[in-house]
Amino acid sequence: MEYLILQTLNGIQLGLLMFLLAAGLTLTFGIMDLVNLAHGSLYMVGAYFAWTFIAWTDSFVLGALLALPAALALGVAVEMVVMRRLYARDHLDQVLATFGLILFFNELVRVVWGPAGKSVALPSFVAGTIDIMPGVPYPAYRFAIIVVGAVVALLLAWLVTRTRMGMLIRAGASNRRMVGALGVDIGLLFTLVFGLGAVFAALAGLMAAPILSIKIGMGDDILILAFVIIVIGGIGSVKGAFVAAMIVGQIDIFGRAYVPDLLKTFLSAAAASSAAPAISQVLIYVVMAAVLVWRPTGLFGQRS
Amino acid sequence: MAEALLRTHRLVKRFGGLIATDGVSIDVRDGELHALIGPNGAGKTTLIAQLSGQQRPDSGRVEFDGRDITALDMPARARRGLTRSFQITSVLPEFTALQNVALAVQAHAGHSFRFLANARRDRRLREPAFAGLELVGLGNRAQILASSLSHGERRQLEIAMALAGEPRLLLLDEPMAGMGPDESARMVDLLRSLKGQRGMLLVEHDMDAVFALADRISVLVYGRVIATGTAAEIRADPEVRQAYLGDDSGT
Amino acid sequence: MRKILASLGTPRGLVVAVLLLAMALLPVIAQVLDQRYLLSVSTRIVIWSIAAAGLNIMLGYGGMVSFGHAVFWGIGGYAVGIFAHHGVHDGWLQWPVGIAAAMAWATLIGALSLRTRGVYFIMITLAFAQLVYYVAVGLEPYGADDGLNIAGRSQFSGLIDLRDRGQFYWLCFALMLATIWFCARLANSRFGLVVRGAKSNETRMAALGFPVFRYRLVAFAISGGFGGLSGLLLANHDAYISPAMMSWVKSGDLIVIVVLGGMGTVFGPLFGTIAFFVLEESLKPLMDMASKGTGEYWQIVFGPLLVLVALYARGGLDSLLGRGRARSRHRG
Repeated sequence: MEYLILQTLNGIQLGLLMFLLAAGLTLTFGIMDLVNLAHGSLYMVGAYFAWTFIAWTDSFVLGALLALPAALALGVAVEMVVMRRLYARDHLDQVLATFGLILFFNELVRVVWGPAGKSVALPSFVAGTIDIMPGVPYPAYRFAIIVVGAVVALLLAWLVTRTRMGMLIRAGASNRRMVGALGVDIGLLFTLVFGLGAVFAALAGLMAAPILSIKIGMGDDILILAFVIIVIGGIGSVKGAFVAAMIVGQIDIFGRAYVPDLLKTFLSAAAASSAAPAISQVLIYVVMAAVLVWRPTGLFGQRS
Repeated sequence: MAEALLRTHRLVKRFGGLIATDGVSIDVRDGELHALIGPNGAGKTTLIAQLSGQQRPDSGRVEFDGRDITALDMPARARRGLTRSFQITSVLPEFTALQNVALAVQAHAGHSFRFLANARRDRRLREPAFAGLELVGLGNRAQILASSLSHGERRQLEIAMALAGEPRLLLLDEPMAGMGPDESARMVDLLRSLKGQRGMLLVEHDMDAVFALADRISVLVYGRVIATGTAAEIRADPEVRQAYLGDDSGT
Repeated sequence: MRKILASLGTPRGLVVAVLLLAMALLPVIAQVLDQRYLLSVSTRIVIWSIAAAGLNIMLGYGGMVSFGHAVFWGIGGYAVGIFAHHGVHDGWLQWPVGIAAAMAWATLIGALSLRTRGVYFIMITLAFAQLVYYVAVGLEPYGADDGLNIAGRSQFSGLIDLRDRGQFYWLCFALMLATIWFCARLANSRFGLVVRGAKSNETRMAALGFPVFRYRLVAFAISGGFGGLSGLLLANHDAYISPAMMSWVKSGDLIVIVVLGGMGTVFGPLFGTIAFFVLEESLKPLMDMASKGTGEYWQIVFGPLLVLVALYARGGLDSLLGRGRARSRHRG
């Protein structure tokens, strides 16, 4: 029972991290109709920013707080230099250009920070464990991720459903030209949304930094997962991205937690434990395929 | 006139709370030109979409040549001889006029799982395609890319493509939309020359054209057919006069 | 024959003729220059261009952005690797199985992904490729993450010795020519025109009576088959397979190649592959020349180059050779 609760929490924690990554992606998809493969690069660069600022300030929180505006600046710069030229292009152009950006950023990081990975120490105030229930300890840092992730998710929900910017975002997702015709500076809106997405991606990257390690290409694989999430959830839907992130988080964690035991019944222990992570990944893609067969535009996607 | 070639039974199509098609039952006889008129938003295009198989009705039936085709999709209906043209010009812009029609001929000629022989030089495709272009008056524009044709020419090309499949029934969704007076007149001549050879269902706003061409006219208002009859009958129908001709969008 | 001679008069015909002649003589040239590396790179170019030609059917002619094409490299490669691992080196068995498996997988994922459009299609093809990638990562008996060394090349009843680099190159070259020939025929066949017509205007094609889905599915299968062929050649060339050969970055490389060369053109995939490898091989020394030690960071130039290609040079290299046919853009 305890194990089950801990694994569920791990799933939520992973799901929230991926939601942060997917949220920016689904917004840029939904509003700008932009396939941004380089979103994972913002996640990676965000983590490297955090590493630099943490080393500089000697404080995790300060470093993180400095990394976020830096990521915002980077996001805005990328939007202004490249992305805004791509909105009117077809998806193939976008894939090609943002694929080029991935290569660029991976190499840039190698030049600036060197080829070796970096690690960030757990901040001391969340280094221990906390009892989430009497007698059930849980790593405090992971719990902090859940709290931050949940707060940001709520903030985003508020932003999208309750504010003028959110109204424009929702309106823009369904009718871009209309929003433009209403006299809204659509270019500025796009820049802001893209920058916001970059901040979320960087936040995910820097929060993941102490548990995973910071390395070149760290955004590439998780980016694909983020894509899977927004495809399951329905492109453009923040709610869909959240639900799908939770589903994917749970599948991933439970796949890793329980598949090895399952496999051990007919495989050697070593083979089972090496195959399990792969199988939990495979499971995610199987779920995605099943969802798309059932609903070709995702769980919360707009029907064409 | 013969049996009904196309017949619908109480077609209903809703979009959310809006009823676009509200129990429409109409028929088109073989060789007849049946016009469908009605004010904007009456549900004409939605009806065409259900007849061609682009959309499925929520309830009701579509019969073609005595068979229930409600469940068939657009390609399957086209292969049975029920083809359509589009309100917004729909051709293959990157293909020449000739290739556009040749593909229509090809669609009619059976399956296209032939991988090696050059179809562009295939006389079984080219010759009927060229004849089709001549028929609609585009014989001298055969090698022009469809994207370079004028609007009127593209509409003519659409008709040629629809005809190339030798359809038994042609659904024409506003073939004169966006045309100037000269182009319209040519299209009326073309449609008149096609009359009698096959059934046609013509959706059109140009009332002069409709009354000049149609054997029968049905009037669609708010998703319902309020009257069907000859031009004279429709002109005399009090309900039509009130609901449609009365409010200025008519003649 | 006369047609071929006449085509020599056009810039494209001349370039292609010179290029193919040089490629046909490459093992000799490499021997004279004593450049084994040149032969190795050229073999890779020839092999990659087969996969690129396959992808071009989908991407260039069909307008379907398949972002998982490297998966067919994996399938073809693993077919050779797994057979070889169990001591079966007979190419008459390995190769048909590899190609058939690639086509079967293409048909399966095509049946699912072709129901979707636009971004969903891009993502679902990518996701299915990832699925196979992770299956390979989990294949402990076949090396999992580390991959598998292949002890012996495919054998064809002693007719050809694939260990001989020259012979292997010529076989790949012949297969590449056959692939290009087939694709050129396909593009103008009835089948090809349906696939191209559906790219241009899918609804129109359906209204004409074409069940577009079926044609696209077959196009996907053919496309995957060439990917599989390329993959089993790659496995023979490297004598090694690993999940990395079907990572999504490789799928991205293939798209880059097809666009770089010129989408929907006969020789575009070959031009694109050559350009891709030449860029990789030349950016390094060029950058080193500019500033010593920077060559290893060649992708910092290559990446932005792709951005520029996407923004300003979608016609690809083929369009430089004139007769640039009007190619309008279509979303998604």
